[in-house]
Amino acid sequence: MTLSELPAFTAAIVVEVRDTAEGDAIGRRLRELGFVRGEPVKIVGRGFLGSDPLLIQIGFTRFALRRAEAARVVVERN
Amino acid sequence: MDSLTIALVGNPNCGKTALFNQLTGARQKVANYAGVTVERKEGSFTAPSGRKVKVLDLPGTYSLDAMGADEIITRDVCLGKREEEMPDLIVCVADATNLRLHLRFVLEVKALGRPMVVALNMMDAAQQRGIKIDVDVLSRELGLTIIGTVATKVNGAADLVAYLDRNAADHIAPEIVPDDLHAEVRRLLDMAVVMPTRTSKIDDALDRFFLNPVFGLPLLIVLMFVIFQAVFAWAAPLQDGIEGAFGYLAGLAGERMPEGLLKSFIVDAVINGMGAVLVFLPQILILFFFILILEESGYLPRAAFMLDKIMAGAGLTGRSFIPLLSSHACAIPGIMATRSIPDVRERLTTIMIAPLMTCSARLPVYALLIPAFIAEQTVGGFLSLHGLILFALYIVGILSGLAVSWVMSLTRRKLEYPLMMELPSYRLPGLRNLALGLLERARIFIRRITGTIFAANTILWVLTTFPGKPEGAEGPAVDYSFAGIVGHAMQPLFAPVGFNWQICVALIPGLTAREVAVSSLATVYSVGAADEGEAASQLGALISSQWPIATGLSLMAWYVFAPQCLSTLAVIRRETNSWKTVGLTAGYLFVLAYIASFITYQLARQIWPI
Repeated sequence: MTLSELPAFTAAIVVEVRDTAEGDAIGRRLRELGFVRGEPVKIVGRGFLGSDPLLIQIGFTRFALRRAEAARVVVERN
Repeated sequence: MDSLTIALVGNPNCGKTALFNQLTGARQKVANYAGVTVERKEGSFTAPSGRKVKVLDLPGTYSLDAMGADEIITRDVCLGKREEEMPDLIVCVADATNLRLHLRFVLEVKALGRPMVVALNMMDAAQQRGIKIDVDVLSRELGLTIIGTVATKVNGAADLVAYLDRNAADHIAPEIVPDDLHAEVRRLLDMAVVMPTRTSKIDDALDRFFLNPVFGLPLLIVLMFVIFQAVFAWAAPLQDGIEGAFGYLAGLAGERMPEGLLKSFIVDAVINGMGAVLVFLPQILILFFFILILEESGYLPRAAFMLDKIMAGAGLTGRSFIPLLSSHACAIPGIMATRSIPDVRERLTTIMIAPLMTCSARLPVYALLIPAFIAEQTVGGFLSLHGLILFALYIVGILSGLAVSWVMSLTRRKLEYPLMMELPSYRLPGLRNLALGLLERARIFIRRITGTIFAANTILWVLTTFPGKPEGAEGPAVDYSFAGIVGHAMQPLFAPVGFNWQICVALIPGLTAREVAVSSLATVYSVGAADEGEAASQLGALISSQWPIATGLSLMAWYVFAPQCLSTLAVIRRETNSWKTVGLTAGYLFVLAYIASFITYQLARQIWPI
């Protein structure tokens, strides 16, 4: 499943970041921010309208990701 | 002479700026890098041995991958590829509480193969959270010297200063860095760092509170409301003081100096012209005081998080919220605050709509026009109609800004702006950083007054003073000046929106700053009043008897949109390096102003026939 589909406060592990196109800048930035295989992630908060953006905890860092951005991250529940 | 140049680099939120402040104190210079709109911060200090250390604070970036202007600058300065001198030593700042992210950047910098040292910052916070770092092991495995710092504490950088004072710069980082940076980070963390099993409970609790789905947003709105109240209420006595001081100076010059051009120049262009703008300094500082507190505490990114969806509707992201909020005090700091937006197009859109936010310079104009043309009454038992109209003008400004941004988003290719924003841990703001931040804003503002605004005032003084009034002529002198001539020539163009020639003449000096239009109108109508407040009250009575209601309302609509502020245009030019953007912004704002005034005037004429 993708990070955007993960239920809130459910622990998961990053499998990979999938680029939506060749040289996807957002995908690359996500990897730079630490969304790489094996990292523990979970959703710890949501925006008010349409649950967008998502508040993601990865390791000890928190990021606000839009759903479209989070949909690039493939995760696995553990 | 014994000197050393160091460059501070690091991820955003690593405490780099706090460390820079700690090292250099108030000895800072802020400028732009040549050719790009990336802020260049430089400072210096003298180490105990007398060694002079120059410190460059490079922009915070997540990587050196040259995606944005900040990253290119950081990489190029480190490699000595820009014209300024190459730093002797790179100090890579890493947040001890966030090593998983920051070590990756340390490895990237290490790959540059330049002399470097790691400042492991926020060691105190790491200890508090139970993060155990074996600095010796980490140092050995990285092959780099590591120095612990606490940038927010007095003497928290003492070890770093001592290191810089000793050897430094002779330790070149080994260039060999593994391909997979993340795997290397994990290896280092496994060897040298023991993480607590739980995340920071304080952050969890605060986020659950501030980002609460039910009252998170109302809380933000209440917070904004309190800040605006404070900006206007606290600033008022200070502003009165500044006005009083400049009034006294103008009076003194008026009495002591012989009649003539020099006196007119000193009183009108220098003292009154500068005073009219300097009077906004208290508001700007109070607003920035709050913005800095919200920023340092970590709340602002949360506000951006909550508002992202709303801003997305207008084709922006939550990041634009902060500059647009600042623009309500003054578009100038607002436009400068767009530097925090990494996406170039989003930044440009934000800059272009910032002048639509109701800045405090519009208040004197609204304060003149609203009571002059609309009878005060109580609405719904306790609300003032005047207050409601003022509020409505603010809302119109915000909505039209979002509408313009939405229209602009239609014209470009369908590309999403990334949000991907780090929400740092909550922190208590440090007083020293607050004070230095405010000092920097005050400096920038005052430098602009003595530069751009002074030049504009001088030109306008010439336009409104020459040619002088002929002997025995009737009416105010400004009527015969270049500005008067232009004003009269403009009048036919503005007849459809209901402006008379007096308004047209006042609009020209009113280009320097919006509130100048009030004193200019007073001049045109030859109102002999001592200060702006008195002029406004006399002028209000005068124009309400002489202008049709439709004209008054039309002028209000004009001020919602018109770019009647040369300083804003000047700062847009400086921030974007493009006259085209300045022209586009001024152009669309004038067109909107004209259309809004036209509709207002024509509608109002139907309701209140002239």
